[in-house]
This record gives sequence, C-alpha cells and structure tokens, in this order.
Amino acid sequence: MASAKRTKGQPKLLPKSPTGISGLDEITGGGLPKGRPTLIAGSAGCGKTLFAMEFLVNGAGQYDEPGVFVAFEESAKELAENVASLGFDLKELEKKKKLIVDHVQVERSEIEETGEYDLDGLFIRLGYAIDKIGAKRVVLDTLEVLFSSLTNESILRSELRRLFRWLKNKGVTAVVTAERGEGTMTRFGLEEYVADCVIVLDHRVTEQISTRRLRIVKYRGSLHGTNEYPFLIGKNGISVLPITSLGLSHSAAKTRVSSGIKELDNMLDGKGFYRGSSILISGTAGTGKTSLSASFVDAACRRGERCLYFAFEESPSQILRNMASIGIDLAPHLKNGQMQFHATRPTLYGLEMHLVTMYDTVKEFEPSVVILDPIDDFIAIGSQAEIKSAMTRIIDFLKIGHITAMFTTTVPGNETASQAIMSVSSLIDTWISLRNLENNGERHRGLFVMKSRGMAHSNQIRAFHLTDHGIEIGHMDFARRHNGSSQS
Amino acid sequence: MEKRKRRSPSKRPEKAWELRLYVAGQTPKSLAAFANLKKICEEHMAGQYHIEVIDLIKKPQLASGDQILAIPTLVRKLPEPIRKIIGDLSDTERVLVGLNLREQK
Repeated sequence: MASAKRTKGQPKLLPKSPTGISGLDEITGGGLPKGRPTLIAGSAGCGKTLFAMEFLVNGAGQYDEPGVFVAFEESAKELAENVASLGFDLKELEKKKKLIVDHVQVERSEIEETGEYDLDGLFIRLGYAIDKIGAKRVVLDTLEVLFSSLTNESILRSELRRLFRWLKNKGVTAVVTAERGEGTMTRFGLEEYVADCVIVLDHRVTEQISTRRLRIVKYRGSLHGTNEYPFLIGKNGISVLPITSLGLSHSAAKTRVSSGIKELDNMLDGKGFYRGSSILISGTAGTGKTSLSASFVDAACRRGERCLYFAFEESPSQILRNMASIGIDLAPHLKNGQMQFHATRPTLYGLEMHLVTMYDTVKEFEPSVVILDPIDDFIAIGSQAEIKSAMTRIIDFLKIGHITAMFTTTVPGNETASQAIMSVSSLIDTWISLRNLENNGERHRGLFVMKSRGMAHSNQIRAFHLTDHGIEIGHMDFARRHNGSSQS
Repeated sequence: MEKRKRRSPSKRPEKAWELRLYVAGQTPKSLAAFANLKKICEEHMAGQYHIEVIDLIKKPQLASGDQILAIPTLVRKLPEPIRKIIGDLSDTERVLVGLNLREQK
C-alpha cells in the first residue's frame, strides 16, 4: 500500500500495512512496513502484546488481512481474556477464520537436547496456520522464550535468522515483541534480526503519575516522527497522540462565528471569532468566564454545531444549574446530543493522558467547538516547558480540525495573568480579560479584549453583566449609571 | 490397553513405552534419529516399546498437539510424565537420561 504518488525520478516509497491503531498510522506515515518484520520492544507491562494484538485484530476486522498470533507465554484462553477488556473478541475472529491464536508451549524441564536439530517444527506449525486462513499478518510474542528453553544458542540464532528470511518470503507483515535489555535494545539481541522497523514502548511513573510513551527508533526507508508520543490503553484499544509540535502549516480560516453575545461580536470587528481560532478567557474567580463559555456553546448548538465541554473544576450539573440561573439553558442541547460534557479532575492523570483522551473524544464526537474550563489545573501539573508543549499540541490539533477552542483561566488578584498563562498567551488568537474594577466605591465587572489576531477589535473596557436572561455587555459610564440596576 | 504402573523400567509389561518421533521429511537428521532410536530401544526395552513416526510435512496439523518446535523431537508419551528429547539422538547417554532410563548425572 504505497502511501504517496510517484513523481519522476523519485524512488518508490515502501508499501505499508495500516495498523488501524489510533494515531500510529499518522506517525508512521501509513503503518508498518508491509511484508517485513517490525520489532516492538519494551519492559514488562508496557503494552507490547496489546499493540501486536490490535495490529492483528484490526488487520482481520478492517483491512481484510487475516492474522496468526503465535503466543509463547500466554495460553490462547489467557490472551482472549486479557484483550477482552479492549473490546477485542478473539473467539469471533477465530470462528470467522480471520485469526488463529497458536500457543507454543516450551517447557524447559521437559526438554533434553541430544545432538543436532533445527526448528522446523515451528516453521511447519507457523506455515500451516498461515496457509489455513491465508494470513497476511503474523505476531510472535515473544521469541525470547526460546532463549530460556533451548540451550544451544548457535542453533537458535541461526534458526532465527532463517525464520525472518522465511517470513519475508511468505510475504507476511510480522510483529515481533521483546523485552528491553539493560543497555541493549532487547535482552537477547532480537534487534539483530529485525532491522526494518523498531518501536520502543516506555511506561514511566513521575510523581505518582504514570505515562506511557512510544518512540519509533528506526524505520528503514520511511520518514517518521522521531519524538516520543504518549499513548493510552483504553476500552477501545490503544490510542497514540500523534502530535508533538506541528509545523505552522494550517490554513487560516476565513469564516467567523458568533460568540453568542451580540455586543461582544461588535467588539470583535462586528463579526465575532474566527472559526478554528483559540480563545482565552481570563479573569479572577467568579467573574463570569464559565458564563461566557456557556453563551458561546449555546449559540453554537443553536446553529446546529456540536460542542464538547471539558469541565475540570465544576460538575456538569453544577454548571447547568448555574447557567440556568442566568438564562442560559444547555439542557436541551445535552438531551439531543449536540453537546457533551466530559468532567475529570486534571490531577488524576498526567498531562499527556488528558491529551490523549481529549484527542480520542474529539475524533469520535467531531465537534465544531471545544471548551476547556479551566486549564489551570493542567498548569499545576507540569513544568513550564511541559505545559507550553501540551497547550501547543492541543491548540494545533484543534486548529487543524477547524475546531474553535475556548479556554478559561482564573487569575489571582487583579493581575493580568499568571506566569504560566503569559507563556502560552502567544499561542492564543483572541484573549478576553474579565476584571473587577472599582470606582467610586463600587465594583463592576469589566470585559476587555486584550488581543484578537486578524481583526480590528475594540480597545474599550466594557461593562459586563450577568442578568437572568444572559450576559449583557454595555458601556462603562460611571457617571450616568443608575445605582443597583442591571442596565447600563 | 496399557496399565499404568509406577516407574520401574525393568519390570514393564508389553508395549509400556509409547514413543513418538516427529520428523519433517526424510532428512539426514530424521533418518539418523530413527536409526539411533531403534538401536536404543532394542538395547534397553526390547519388545516393550512402540515407535510411531509422524512426518509433519505430511501432517502439519499434528505439530501443535504435542507442542513440537524442534525437529527431530522424540516424545515419550508413556510412561508418564511426558518427556521430550530433541535432536538426532546421537548422544545415547542423554537420550537415556531423557527417557529416564538413567539417573541424571
């Protein structure tokens, strides 16, 4: 499956076998090398078996490529149980002759070696299974078991070399798993035989928060992302976040969307936000940031667009109740599926895990608007560099999908922004600041457009009111304002 | 048909030894293994053994039953427990140890 057009004089690109694993095909430019072996190395519990299994299951289910899973460590039953939680039904696939799970049991205590031998038994078993269902994909998990069971290493190694030549001749795309070695890629040097593509999995726990990462160490004949990509093992399989920092190549959107508040649209060149732009709403606690987000969501849903609301501080029912009290009723949008809430405490997971979840949810729901309310706790769980990297990734990823993103953040006191926010403000297209202003012994809420790229925006501080029929923005005119009324 | 008895090689009843030799075609290794096996059996359990030769090239589906990886593999099905001896069986001593006809040194 060549993934690019041929232009005159250019060498043909390596055909690839799509994995169907969310995010992985993007990083590898189409999948694993077709007809060649790929090595997945990682320490125990990293997810190698699951990756390999998902490669087969997707091959069988989505790409019409039956597969054979040779399990050296787990029995077929154990495997089926382990992957059931990912939603993989191995029994179904076996019934449909799309998958064969062959458990090769090597019991060291049972075996006595007496003279010359070869591993033809394995070849024959494998060949038989492959031919039985016309398999195009093979997983060997993990060949290392042979090293602990057979003592004649020279026979073993020469047979392994033969095995990989044999697999290539069979034309199957093979995935081989191995454990990481101390100072070597794998414990038994399997990387010697699998030279085409090497992927390393990692599972780190920093400050009690665990993150899984994937890195393509080598991919012969192909361009690939070389960074570490975080991934999740979720209930639908594995999700890799394919974005680190993208090039600034997204095309600029030209269409505008209303904020849901007419006066605010007026402040933004009369037309509102640019579609696909990133909007930051900052303000001290209780100034009305959530209300602004909710107005925006309400307007979008009424236009028939879908909205995804990530709530990190308040529960959805609280937000619904609070918004209802100012006349913004989001309940009907929830009911008819135009809007979805996703509420979690950011500190439960690492930054990267949140990213992956967000990526997955956005891909599935396909919203036009995404709200992150607030982003503060994300900022609490990483270093400056990590936060900026995470924010860049979210913003880029949403921009490319032409999704308008709105972020809220609470600033302490009456400063413009915390240091963390300042560092990400350069990534933001439109920045609206809500302030408490005191004048003549009165407190008023003020709204101010700090910046808005690509448009002429108001430079006035306007009065911002939460009424029982929504948000109203008026003029700050202290002299003529009536005391205590909500009109201005 | 065979009665299961406690391990006592010299007091075996008829055909107490069920041996299966797995080969892959008529290769020199396979022929050597068969020849070596016959010799050992005649010497140590004459009249009490039964050798079944299974050619996996002809019947590949049988490889998984006895979990065969290496060729040649000799499987001692009876007496239990199952023992596997891989190789051309040229090392007689090791074969005997493997079949439990000798104490392990």
